[in-house]
Formats: sequence, C-alpha cells, structure tokens
Amino acid sequence: MKKIDPRLLLAIAATGLVMALWLVLMATIVWSTLGGAEREAVGGVLAPRMALLALGWVFGLGIVAVVLQQLHRRYVGAPKRLLEETRVVLAAATPQKLKPRGTAEMQALAIAVNELADQRDGLRADMADQVQQASERVQQEKNRLAALMAELNQSVVVCNRDGRILLYNQRARQQFRQLSQGAGAAAGAELIGIGRSIYAVLDQQLVAHALERIHQALGRGVATPSAQFVTTTPGGHLLRVQVAPVRESADDAAGNGPGTEAVSGLVLMLDDVTASVQEEAERDQLMHGLTEGSRASLANIQTAVDMLGYSDLDAAMRERFLGVVRDEVGAMGRRVTDLAQRATQRLKTRWPMEDMLGADLVTAAQRRIAQHCDRPVTLDAIDTSLWLKVDSYTLLLALTYLAHRLVDEFEVRFLQLRLQPAGKHAQLDLVWSGQAMSNETVMSWEMDTMRFGNERSPLTVRDVVERHGGEMWFERERARHQAFFRFMLPLASVQGALETPLGESGFSRPEYYDFDLFQKSDVGSALDDRPLSELAYTVFDTETTGLNPAGGDAIIQIGAARIVNGKLLRQECFEQLVDPGRGIPAASIPIHGITEDMVAGKPRIGEVIPVFHAFAQDTVLVAHNAAFDMRFLQLQEKDTGVVFHQPVLDTLLLSAVVHPHQESHRLEAIAERFNVTVLGRHTALGDALVTAEIWLRLIPLLQEQGIHTLRQAREAAQKTYYARLKY
Amino acid sequence: MTHKILIADDEPNIVISLEYLLQREGYAVVIARDGQEALEAIARERPALVLLDVMMPHKSGFEVCQAVRADEALAHTKILMLTAKGRETDVAKGTALGANAYMTKPFSTRELVQKVAELLGETPA
Repeated sequence: MKKIDPRLLLAIAATGLVMALWLVLMATIVWSTLGGAEREAVGGVLAPRMALLALGWVFGLGIVAVVLQQLHRRYVGAPKRLLEETRVVLAAATPQKLKPRGTAEMQALAIAVNELADQRDGLRADMADQVQQASERVQQEKNRLAALMAELNQSVVVCNRDGRILLYNQRARQQFRQLSQGAGAAAGAELIGIGRSIYAVLDQQLVAHALERIHQALGRGVATPSAQFVTTTPGGHLLRVQVAPVRESADDAAGNGPGTEAVSGLVLMLDDVTASVQEEAERDQLMHGLTEGSRASLANIQTAVDMLGYSDLDAAMRERFLGVVRDEVGAMGRRVTDLAQRATQRLKTRWPMEDMLGADLVTAAQRRIAQHCDRPVTLDAIDTSLWLKVDSYTLLLALTYLAHRLVDEFEVRFLQLRLQPAGKHAQLDLVWSGQAMSNETVMSWEMDTMRFGNERSPLTVRDVVERHGGEMWFERERARHQAFFRFMLPLASVQGALETPLGESGFSRPEYYDFDLFQKSDVGSALDDRPLSELAYTVFDTETTGLNPAGGDAIIQIGAARIVNGKLLRQECFEQLVDPGRGIPAASIPIHGITEDMVAGKPRIGEVIPVFHAFAQDTVLVAHNAAFDMRFLQLQEKDTGVVFHQPVLDTLLLSAVVHPHQESHRLEAIAERFNVTVLGRHTALGDALVTAEIWLRLIPLLQEQGIHTLRQAREAAQKTYYARLKY
Repeated sequence: MTHKILIADDEPNIVISLEYLLQREGYAVVIARDGQEALEAIARERPALVLLDVMMPHKSGFEVCQAVRADEALAHTKILMLTAKGRETDVAKGTALGANAYMTKPFSTRELVQKVAELLGETPA
C-alpha cells in the first residue's frame, strides 16, 4: 500500500479542527443571543443529540478528506510522479519518453520534457557519431602507419622518451633475432617487444648523446634534425643507428619558441653494417697491398738496378743483383695477379646490387623478351636455388637488347634461357638456334649502346657486365645446332637470409605497435603503487617432470606471453623445450605430451633461464599457482646466478579473492567461468596464454573490490586461504 | 775517420744493394734483420747513422726510433727512416718520433747517398 503523504493528513486534520471551531463559534454566538428559558429549551433539545452533531462533523470531515485527497493526487502527486519519471529520463543512457497524463498543464509539461530529452538524445547521438568517426580515422591512420612500417625493408623502431618501444617492424624483429644471443629460445623477443626498453640493445649514453645533438639542432632552428651513430652489440655486430625525433604536434608546441619544442619520442632506423664495414676493410687492405707492397719491391729493384750500373762490378755481385731483380719482378707479378683476382671479387659491390632469386630474374627476363621481341621464350635447366647479386634493371635491359638484335637481324624464331651454378658464379645463357653468324658480328653488339623499341640506354652490354664484375661471351654448340650468349654473374653471399618467411608478415600486424605508450612515463611512482592496468606482465607456465622440485623433478618446458598496456601480445612469446638432464616419467607424458626424444639436444635449464630472465625484465611475473613454478626457478638460482627479483602474482590466489565462494580455482575451471577459449592446453605456452586471458579478466574484477595497485593485489592474495599452501 | 752505418731491414733483397752501395762509398756497414736485432746492434756498435725500415718483425722502425731517442747515450745517432709507407701521416709520425730524415720507397740511390753524407757531414768528425 502506498504511504500517505503526511501533508495530506495534516491538511485533513486542520480542516476538521477548523470545522469544529466554526461549529463551536456559531453555537456560542447563537447561545449568547438566547435568553435563560430559551437556553434551557435549546440545551434540552440538543443535549441528547450531541452524538448526531458529532456524527455530522465526522461525515463532513469525511467529505472534505475525500475532496482533499483527490485534489492532492491531481495537483501534488502527479508532479511528483512526473519528477521521478523525468529523473529516469535524465539518467537514461538510451532514449526514453514520458507518458503525458493528468491535467492539461501536466500533459503540456510532459511533452516539453520529452522535447528536451529528444534534443539531448539527438546531440548525444551526434557526438557519439563524431567520436566514433574520429577514432575510426585515428585507428585507420595507425593501421596504415603500422602497415607501412611493416612493409619497409629497413629496421624501424619507435620509442618514447624513456626508451620504451612503441612500434617496431618485421625487419627490426628479424634483425634483433640475428643479434639475439639466446639460441632461438625467445628469437629476439627478449630484446625487442612493445613496452620493452631499447637500452637492452643500445647503450643508453649513445642514445642520450644523439638526443642531445638533436636538441642542439632544434635550438639552431634546423627543420628536420637527426643524428646517427655506430655501435657494437653484445653479439659483436656493428649497427648504424639513425635517430630522428618525434616532436609534439605543431598545435601542442604553439607558443613555445624554437628549440623548446618538446620531443615526445624517437624514431630509430637500424642498419647492420657489419658486412659492409668488413668489405670496406678488405678493400682498404687491397689498396694497401697494391701501394705499400709494390713500393717495397720497386725500391728493391731500383736499388739493385742502380748497383748494376756500376762498371766496376764483379761477376758474382752482378749475378746477385740480377737475382734480386728477377726475384722482385716475379713477386710483383704474382702480387698483381692475386690482387686483380681478389679485387674483381670484392669490388663488385661498388654499384648497389640487390640480392635476387635467380628464378625470379629468369622469369622476368622471359616475360620481357617475349613482350619486346614477339617470340616464344622457353626455360630450361633453371637452378631455382640460386641467389644472384645483380642490378636487375640493366641486366634485363642487356638480355632483351641482345634478344632483340637476334630477332631483328637474324630472324631467330625460338629463344631459351638457362641458369646454372658455375663455381662462385652463376651462368645465365640466352640460347637460340638458327642461321649461322660470325663471332665478330655478334661480339660487336656488346660494344654498341643499347637501343631497341622505345628503350634507350647510354650503357653497352659490356658496361652492364662490368658493373656486375662478371663476363659475357658467345659460344656455339654445333652438335645441337645452337648458339648462346653466356653471362657469368656473381652469386649473393648471404642467400636471402633476411627473406621474410611467408605467412609471418601477414597476420596480426597491429600487435607491433602501441602508441598509447607515448603518454606513459616510468618515472615517479614505484612499481608497487602503479595501477594493475598499467603494468607490463610476463605470464608464464612451466611443464615439469613431476610435482616435487626438491626431490629432483625438473623443468622440461617454459612458455610465456607478455601483457603490455592491458593488451596480450601474442606475437611476443617465449617457448622453449628444456633438456632436464634426467628421464621423463612415463606417467607424466600424457599430461604434458613431452617425450624424451623431444627434449634431446635442447638447451639445458642453465642456458634457458638467463634468456627467460631477460624476456621477463621490467615486468611483473604472473602464473597460475605461481609458487610452484617459482620454486623450480629459484632452485636454479645458485647454479645460474640469475635471481628473479620481479614481483609475482598468482591467478589462483587472486581468483580466490574475487570469487571466494567458488569451489575450484583450477585453471580449467576459471577459464570456463570467464569463458576463455582453451587452446593447446598443457603446453607451457598454451597454459600461459590461458592464464594471461584470465589475468586480463581478473584485473577489472579486482578493481571492483577496491584492489587497484600491485601492492593491494599482493596483500589481498596473501590473505586468502590458499596462500597458506606451500610447496 | 770511417763512419759506421747500421742497415736495419728485414728484406735481404734491399740489404744486398744497400750494403754494397754504402761500402763502396767508404762506410763501415753493419746489418740487422729485425727491430730487436737493430736495437742490440745500435747499443753494441754505436753506429753514426741508422738506415731504419719501418715495417720489421718483432719491433717496428717506429718503436726502434723511439727507444733510441729515449736513451741519452745514443743521442748522437742519426736516424734515416726508409719506408714503403708513403702517407703524410707516416712521415709526420717518423719525424715526430725523432727520425732525422725520412725517405719513401722507392728512392734513388744517388739521393740516398747524398742524404747520408749530409746527415753525417753535420757531425764533427
């Protein structure tokens, strides 16, 4: 039943009182006009009927009450309801309408409120639309940038002022993989990763110095300042690093003078120059050999010749001096021959050549020749494994030019291409059959500048061949009635080492960047007081030979994934099988699926732990039932000298904090509760990924319980019942 | 008085000629085949002049030159550096380390003889 408004009761009571007073007043006035006898008569008449009077009063009051209540409902209750309903509309996130009710005025009011609400909803939708569009645009731009970076054939790393990596591309990843010392375990992921520090690879002082030079350049008003340095990596590679600043946008920096423009991050372009520096050094050595070596010989010869000029020389001395001359001339001849040989090998890199798969070159040549000469070109004996170091444009030009003249001047009908290895070179043949032609004719072609169709080149075929440090000649195969031009071309030294394996570049590209880290700064609050949502985590799991670390059980696999800025980075994973140096109990194999064959030849735990430690640097460790895994890691501390100082969080304990009334906190049970899809369960990496997903869902639930910081999470975990379990 | 000259060079092909040449000019000639030998010969024989090759095994000509200049007792020893290193920086280094003259290979024997006489002519006989 609805509560009655006390004001209504008060109003009814007041009316009753007024009615009673009014009755008494009228009675008193009438009473005062009566004489003594009349008073007695009236009193006598009224006295027995007092009850009737009172009843009349009550009845009257009843009528008044009903009328008042009606009035109250209509004029006080209705606005109140309208108020409540209006408040609902006010708070509603989705559009809502009032029902016009009651008096004409109330209805009009409701309609006016509805109009206001409509207006508000319209504006709100509009704004949401704009925000949506804007963020879509931003996202699109980010994706475009990330895609661009990913396709670049140069290593690019972008980091914020603290040296935390925000973006890196495929090429950078491959380069870091080469630099990584850990034998394949993390594949460079311990060096490069979103949110990781670039200073793991580059000396902080060098970067700071580069930044200082950029600031100086900015101070001088240089429009596009950049700095560059060369450094050696722990693995002994030479890296040339170009540094360019990421400046705050012009709007943000407005009002600041030149030079005070803030630098919010750095773009680093990395180049492994180990090979080219080595080439440079070898070239120097060649030059050195040519000059100083020859000088000494020349001096010896000249002096001996001078001595031979003396007329009083006896026969024995003359013979000795002649011997010196013969000796030195012979030595110089050998030196020059040797140098010439090495020079053609080494100096071929002068013209910028590209590494190209031989098969690709041949296919391109086939297409081009067929197109320009209108003759079918077949392929024969193509070695598809050959990588060439060529300037493909001029080489294709030369091949097409020769084919063109063959067709034009000798009406050759069929052409064929062959590609075979020949020692340190590859031989590329342009083969034809047909009318005989003189060597002189054909070989004169190589000295003419190349002209055919619309193509004009100042180069001759000879120039092209020399550019490659190669050779070219004309040869006949009488038995097969064929003739061919043979090109000797240099092979690429590293056969496509940095070719991107197919499939790797295509997927989940966006995980390579996180521009939100631009705003993040490490300085200030200690790890313990940082919000859980901001921290970087290494979520890991181990597979072991058994449950008793103290009793000799050992790790056979470690898997780990990273969470940075609230995102699980599936591409920056760590997965490594470990040779436990002992047998794997048959009973445990169905659980983890790892057999002794699988771990044979894998690194020992002593090699894996330092790499894993580097992978987990500057992060919080997360594991399900972390005490168990940590115990295994800690048992290795003495042998490896690697101590895990990182804070540790346990999803088992924290699940118990969030859901104290659940019976099971096993990984599967929690995953089911949180609706996490379990893939590859019971591989270390599979479990680590599931744990990571669970952890991401636990963070907001912990926040609801007022657990925001790392410190609070650790304290809460300690209080739960499960924390008392010890391994 | 006959001046004594030390030829310090590891290449026999030039030593033959230089030895013959200088003996013909009337000097007493001593030979050393490497840097270490050269230092010992200088201390023992006290030559008036050393023809010093820069590139030698054990001790380079530069090192020998430095060692000689560090020894007060050998202060009067003239040093003529002979070298295939023709860069300006090498010449500068040689003279900075105390060589009296520097000749780049190949050189003419006439000039060499002249230079030797010049260097020895300055010493009071």
